[in-house]
Amino acid sequence: MRHLMKNKVHLFRMAGLFVVGFLVFAGARAVFVPEGFGVYGHYRAGALEDNRAFPLVHAGRAACAGCHGDEPEALKASRHAKVGCEACHGALAVHADDPAKLTPKKPDAKTLCLVCHMANVAKPSGFKQISPEDHPEGVCTECHDPHSPADAPKPAPAPVQKEAAK
Amino acid sequence: MQDSLLSAVEGFMYPNEIELQWSILIVLYPYITGLVAGAFILASLERVFKVEAVKPTYRLALLTALAFLLVAPLPLQMHLGHPERSLQMYLTPHTSSAMAMFGFVYLWYLLAVLVLEIWLDYRKEIVLMARQASGWKKLLYQTMSLGVDDISEESLAIDQKVGQFLTVIGIPSAFLLHGYVGFIFGSIKANPWWSTPMMPIVFLFSAIVSGIALVLLVYMVFSYINGTRIDMVCVDTIARYLMYAFIIDFTLEGIDLLHRMYEADESFKSLDFMVHTKLFVSQILLQIIFGGLLPIGLLALPQLVAVTERARRGLYLLATSLTLIGILAMRWNVVIGGQLFSKSFLGYTTYKVDFATREGLLPAILLLILPFLILIGLLKLLPPWESTANVHEGEEPRAV
Ligand code: HEC
Ligand code: HEC
Ligand code: HEC
Ligand code: HEC
Repeated sequence: MRHLMKNKVHLFRMAGLFVVGFLVFAGARAVFVPEGFGVYGHYRAGALEDNRAFPLVHAGRAACAGCHGDEPEALKASRHAKVGCEACHGALAVHADDPAKLTPKKPDAKTLCLVCHMANVAKPSGFKQISPEDHPEGVCTECHDPHSPADAPKPAPAPVQKEAAK
Repeated sequence: MQDSLLSAVEGFMYPNEIELQWSILIVLYPYITGLVAGAFILASLERVFKVEAVKPTYRLALLTALAFLLVAPLPLQMHLGHPERSLQMYLTPHTSSAMAMFGFVYLWYLLAVLVLEIWLDYRKEIVLMARQASGWKKLLYQTMSLGVDDISEESLAIDQKVGQFLTVIGIPSAFLLHGYVGFIFGSIKANPWWSTPMMPIVFLFSAIVSGIALVLLVYMVFSYINGTRIDMVCVDTIARYLMYAFIIDFTLEGIDLLHRMYEADESFKSLDFMVHTKLFVSQILLQIIFGGLLPIGLLALPQLVAVTERARRGLYLLATSLTLIGILAMRWNVVIGGQLFSKSFLGYTTYKVDFATREGLLPAILLLILPFLILIGLLKLLPPWESTANVHEGEEPRAV
């Protein structure tokens, strides 16, 4: 043993340092790799439970229709039929559960509508889009009913160029 | 907000292409890793291929590689919103992720190759300093010597052998380390500007070029500051290697370009347009002309006509600086260029560099200065100029 170590003590110490480093790494793994990691795939198995435990925040439009009558009817007949109530109104599970707990604020049409309808060449050309500068001025809901947007815009419409719908 | 974003766009751009996700920091990352790989390969020239002439830069090259390697991951960390999560890559690595796997290559290269090689090479000095220094310095050097005082001929001979072995495995490691950066870009098949198997090779050679240029520049500048004589044989030899490496690199990039032009696939018009407009300055001027042809010409000059020593030093200073700028421009063109055009090939966006933000110009500049500060520290700790130590006999070896 003595003979083997002769003139190589420093190398053995360095090797020892590497071994220690490796053990620290293995130890860190044991501590930091969360329990259940890799059971189903490259993630923590418990994450599934955690996600399931999140409270639902969306009620779904069927729930709304349970209490509200006009809007779901109007919506169903319009081009907005496929747009969910909560896409515009926000998550309302708490309200649907108990309306007294939370009275929804009315969405602000000034910002809401353009989120979807702002003209952008990257959108499918069939999708109705407008550039606000070419569109009659005013808050969108003054002329359009959000639940039935194509219904003859309320005030007599000023002539509008069909700019965006190329 | 949307208005201001769209004003950066010409033609048709998919919504997710408008803003660049990979910023100037991601330009620095391959640049800095490239400098590491190049510096190391220069060091191994001396060791493995026994090119005696470049010996004066051997240690300097290793320390430069270390200084830059320590900084290499920082741009990525700064780019991440949650830098602490990058450690997950080591704890729970995904074998299908190039990034994760190469995290280990980085660690291997840092610890098992560079640090070990430097340690073995300096062990004699470390022990000597541990003997003569006092106070905290003594403690520091003693720690570095791992408490072993043995610098007998036999033990140094063993160190030499082990070091040799390390260099031999170090070369493929250095190739791997930098090849991977090209690999990451080259394997993004949705991006025609990046997706080519040439990418790792081109990155590797440009890495070698930039690393050699850096060491040459650092050697000349630090010799000047340090007041030591510049070894012209060494400098001339390195400059020659730099020229050869550069010619190979330039040719490879030329082949890539020619191949793209000849193949002229559906992306070509778009890429061609970009090179003539948004990338004109960085690609044609900075990368190809001022950062490519000009330094190659400058380096070739002493090979063709007689140039005085003084003039040669000037030439090399200029050529290496231009080279470093040219390679940085190349990284810019790859990383930023690849994000400026739409995958529809019908539109282009603009990259505006912020200044004092997390991913702005200021942190980028600081990240480029940092390795030099580390290098100065390393040079103080482990002075590479043996001759300086001998000149000032009796006193402590003079650091930079
Ligand atoms: C349990 C019955 C019930 C359900 C389910 C329900 N609501 Fe209501 N909602 C009410 C009542 C009652 C009010 C009036 C509350 C008030 O004025 O304080 C109301 C008010 C509203 C208002 C405010 C009207 C105004 O005049 O300001 C909006 C908007 C609304 N609901 C949207 C929805 C949406 C969207 C859903 C589906 C996610 C929904 N509600 C589900 C009962 C319900
Ligand atoms: C395209 C967006 C959009 C969708 C989809 C939508 N709403 Fe509305 N809703 C609005 C806006 C905007 C207002 C506020 C109108 C106003 O300010 O006059 C509103 C108002 C309401 C009101 C208050 C009515 C009133 O006259 O004050 C109720 C109740 C309501 N929505 C229920 C629903 C229900 C239920 C659905 C789904 C069936 C639905 N909304 C779908 C945008 C929408
Ligand atoms: C979540 C996205 C979304 C929001 C928010 C939204 N819309 Fe729409 N809108 C649509 C979709 C989807 C269509 C149907 C397009 C189609 O059928 O091609 C549409 C169609 C329309 C149309 C054309 C109707 C027709 O029959 O031609 C009008 C007008 C319109 N919306 C107005 C509005 C107004 C006003 C608002 C704000 C209150 C609004 N939209 C908010 C998604 C949205
Ligand atoms: C002053 C009334 C008025 C206001 C305010 C108004 N619009 Fe309109 N909008 C109209 C009229 C009228 C049309 C029908 C034009 C036509 O079909 O030629 C129309 C059509 C549309 C269309 C369908 C375009 C098409 O190509 O078929 C969309 C989408 C639309 N409006 C969205 C909006 C949005 C979003 C706002 C709010 C930013 C808004 N409008 C504000 C009057 C108005």
